[in-house]
Amino acid sequence: MKTRKRISSIITTVVLAIVGFLILIPFWFLLISSFKNSADIFGQGLNIHLDFSKMSFSNYGKLFTNNDGIFLTWFKNSALITIVQTVAVLAFCSMVGYGLAQYRFKGRNFIFMLVLIMLMVPGDILLIPMYKLMTNLGLMDTFAGVILPGIIPPATVFFFRQYAIGIPHDFAEAARIDGAGEFRIFFQIYAPMMKPAFGAMTIMTSMGAWNSFLWPLIVMRSDENLVIPAGLLTSMTPYGNNYDIVFSGSMMSIIPIILLFLFNQRSFISGMTIGGVKG
Amino acid sequence: MSSSMVQIEKKPQISTETKKKINMQKVAPYIFVSPFIIVFALFSLYPFINSIIMSFQRIEGINETTFIGLQNYQRLITDPVFYKALWNVARYTFWTILILIPLPLILAIVMNHENTKFKSLFRSVFFLPVLTSTVIVGLVFKFAFSKEATGVFNSWLGHFNIGPIDWLNGSGTGMFALVLVCVWRWMGVNMIYFLSGLQSIPKDLYECAEIDGATTWVKFKHITLPMVKPITTYVLTISILGGFSLFNETYVYWGAASPDNIGTTFLTYIYKSAFSDGDLGYACTLGVAMFVIVVVINLIQVSVRGLFKED
Repeated sequence: MKTRKRISSIITTVVLAIVGFLILIPFWFLLISSFKNSADIFGQGLNIHLDFSKMSFSNYGKLFTNNDGIFLTWFKNSALITIVQTVAVLAFCSMVGYGLAQYRFKGRNFIFMLVLIMLMVPGDILLIPMYKLMTNLGLMDTFAGVILPGIIPPATVFFFRQYAIGIPHDFAEAARIDGAGEFRIFFQIYAPMMKPAFGAMTIMTSMGAWNSFLWPLIVMRSDENLVIPAGLLTSMTPYGNNYDIVFSGSMMSIIPIILLFLFNQRSFISGMTIGGVKG
Repeated sequence: MSSSMVQIEKKPQISTETKKKINMQKVAPYIFVSPFIIVFALFSLYPFINSIIMSFQRIEGINETTFIGLQNYQRLITDPVFYKALWNVARYTFWTILILIPLPLILAIVMNHENTKFKSLFRSVFFLPVLTSTVIVGLVFKFAFSKEATGVFNSWLGHFNIGPIDWLNGSGTGMFALVLVCVWRWMGVNMIYFLSGLQSIPKDLYECAEIDGATTWVKFKHITLPMVKPITTYVLTISILGGFSLFNETYVYWGAASPDNIGTTFLTYIYKSAFSDGDLGYACTLGVAMFVIVVVINLIQVSVRGLFKED
């Protein structure tokens, strides 16, 4: 019985180790490519040859020097968009989610239905009319143009609503008897109790904003306004001459997210799985 | 509310105050949900209506429009590129679902096994791909699928004397390159979804089945599968949505225009029509078509689920 247990333990662990290994391979490629000469990568494709004589840290130095350090500008743009969007999304979505969960009012079901419909339809179908709207509002090539449309994602409203609905109404009733106003009840009683939801959504929203590509690609027109993914991709067009920073820049872009993940794994995983459990 | 003497004396004052509070209690929810209503009206409803209007227009400058009736729609139904895009996203979605439901479920069962070691380490590793931007992942895979003999995939195939293959220039190999990125990225997360489903199954169910002499297969078929059905539905839904709105990976591989449209999806075609061809009206028509198709698929999915529920 004991040997059988040990054998099954070895088999399951080995299966998972193989899958884990396959998952890590692209990261390994990315890492070694970031030390390689860009001419090698473009000429030969990515490969696993470790030739230390051809590898150096120069690509990382070029992040600061190429094109007057344009990568740093992209990095700052991405960081700014991520921070502003995350703060706004959390503030608004928690309010809306709380309102939908804790009050009974006329139109509540209708609004919640709108949220559900938006969840089922990809927002990207509105790309062109949104482009027109942004042009007419004069928001093209601005940070506001990138941030505003994504300020209340339905998935985040849904998440906060599901979380707030699990908190008993009694707290609000008690607070009302004690004379607390409606907004104080939200800010001082419910918002603190929704802390895990804020944790999970901070991470999900900032990850989404940091990695977002299509909408910033459309809104941002000038080189110095690009976000990291769009900037790295334009580096590779015939017009760009920043080939060297493609892979070192990619490394620098995923490191912050991976660090955030390593310190907040629980929030990440609860943020990702809530839909699966409750949806 | 209270019957103490002091308060009865102050009755008029209190009642206006309570009235105010009750009013506030009625108004507050609308204030809480107002940001959603404003943003919905401005950035969803208005563009949606506008999208339908624009789909009947020829648009030269952004505000120079002429109504052209059904011309855009006539063009749509005879446009081979549109059907190619539909075929591509359907094929892509089919493959991702075929792989990304059974495989993660099996992995989750392995992971849930009581004798498995290093569970939290594996969980972290499986989670890494979804943290990375699809653009960066796409770049890595693009160069790994290089047509040169020295590229990753070609040098592996070289050991078997196959190739070198021009991966991103063929329809089948191009699709393989797209599906592989998706599988790599979502395998671990889907596994975590299924794992959370498996962990919510009460252990007594299996114990009862064992007492009745059920085999592993019977337990899997009659306990595990029905219990993870909500998760399967969820994964199916997000896979369909993700598949039909595919853009980043194909844009990284080929840009907006791929050879023979092997990488054309709804969104790359919308992007190309609007920003390369300058035809915003037709791009809106494509957007409306995409909306209708996604809604129809959702309806089919809901009604099929409804049918199974009645069984």
